[in-house]
Amino acid sequence: MDGGFWGGYVWPGIIIILQIIAIIVPLIVAVAYLTYAERKVLGAMQLRQGPMVVGPWGLLQPIADGIKMIGKETIIPSGANRVVFMIAPMLTFLLSLVAWAVIPFDYGLVLADINVGILYLFAISSLGVYGIIMAGWASNSKYAFLGAMRSAAQMVSYEVSIGFVIITVLICVGSLNLTDIVMAQEGLWFAIPLFPMFVVFFISALAETNRSPFDLPEGESEITGGFMVEYSSMTYALFFLGEYANMILMSGMTTILFLGGWLPPFDFAPFTWIPGPIWFALKVAVLLFIFIWVRGTMPRFRYDQLMRLGWKIFLPFSLIWVVLTAGAVVAFDWLPN
Amino acid sequence: MAFIDRQARNFLLLELLGGMWLTFRYLFKPKATLNYPNEKGPISPRFRGEHALRRYPNGEERCIACKLCEAICPAQAITIEAEPRDDGSRRTTRYDIDMTKCIYCGMCQEACPVDAIVEGPNFEYATETREELFYNKEKLLQNGDRWEAQLAANIAADAPYR
Repeated sequence: MDGGFWGGYVWPGIIIILQIIAIIVPLIVAVAYLTYAERKVLGAMQLRQGPMVVGPWGLLQPIADGIKMIGKETIIPSGANRVVFMIAPMLTFLLSLVAWAVIPFDYGLVLADINVGILYLFAISSLGVYGIIMAGWASNSKYAFLGAMRSAAQMVSYEVSIGFVIITVLICVGSLNLTDIVMAQEGLWFAIPLFPMFVVFFISALAETNRSPFDLPEGESEITGGFMVEYSSMTYALFFLGEYANMILMSGMTTILFLGGWLPPFDFAPFTWIPGPIWFALKVAVLLFIFIWVRGTMPRFRYDQLMRLGWKIFLPFSLIWVVLTAGAVVAFDWLPN
Repeated sequence: MAFIDRQARNFLLLELLGGMWLTFRYLFKPKATLNYPNEKGPISPRFRGEHALRRYPNGEERCIACKLCEAICPAQAITIEAEPRDDGSRRTTRYDIDMTKCIYCGMCQEACPVDAIVEGPNFEYATETREELFYNKEKLLQNGDRWEAQLAANIAADAPYR
């Protein structure tokens, strides 16, 4: 052990905690203002103004909402399994945060530069379904249970095609490390040669985060809020935060896999002046706008249509693209070393 | 051929993109809603809002206690008591409007021969208690003094159509 107790454990620990705070605080702020942006953009698309009262242009609305949420009473239904009921929202929120450990914001600017970064991300985003199933089951309510079952089936279905899309990217990169994936896109973002995969990935990301038009687990008009129906106060807020943090995470993943992460779009003067993290944030913001834009446009899918799209269209389509990409890479000798 | 056409449309997501384009154009359209407490919509001179009892320019109240408004009021929201004043003119001693009963039909101002009771342009008089909405003569005259400029302008604007 070099450096003794203080140098070996305490200072590195404090530095890691500071790094975690440096990631999580901007993330929570981003989540808060994502809810604001969503209300503003949806409002504008419906010829409304959105929040306008709290602060200039309603800019303090997310803070007011947060305070309201904290001030409310947490109601636990008498039939609920109390422990699981309370763990579920915490798990959802926690999982949406831990995934950020491997996201690179710039070259070397990453909390944990592990070699299986993309597998870690995939595993964490798959675990997200547990929070929802636990919530639905522990609520001991029919609507919540229906929502949880829908969510489980939906997330499992779309993870399959997300897996194939990731494999396609990996074939082109030759590494599971997220920094390597971004660096492999210097000059040409994968969104251009793998455009169909980009679209499949984005649509699957909508399904994975339970966003419109795939928001059946919540399904306000048919199952009154789905798995969240029994939740109130901070437990509800945690689900909400988790869902929006997941949206940002999936946008970040799309950016890293297809839009060149922190790389500028063109590798010359005016573009290279802007630092990498800002490029990363800009790309994520554009994708998040598309998330909201889709919500403003599409009606909700019917459940059988959702399953049909997942299993009968996306799965074969992405499978064919895996084969095509692998074939092209081998045939033209483009194999990454 | 039609089959290929349909499949091509499906795979290129043309209809979805068309819908997205539509919502994108709506994003920049002028908003249909008003930012209410700061912006207000236009109000017609005939708008029937909060009631007011008007006075003549010399300060004399217009109401002559004819009780036509009380008689015509379909909701029976108006209560009037009257007796001759010291100078012999007939005046109300009591003029109450129960604003919770009133249906804002405007019959009282139509019935009034001296344009004393009118419904003004004010619609922002929500109260926290029910009792505050039982208006008496004092409150109605106060309203009249407060809104007189606009009330006179509205009556003048509507006069050519009567």
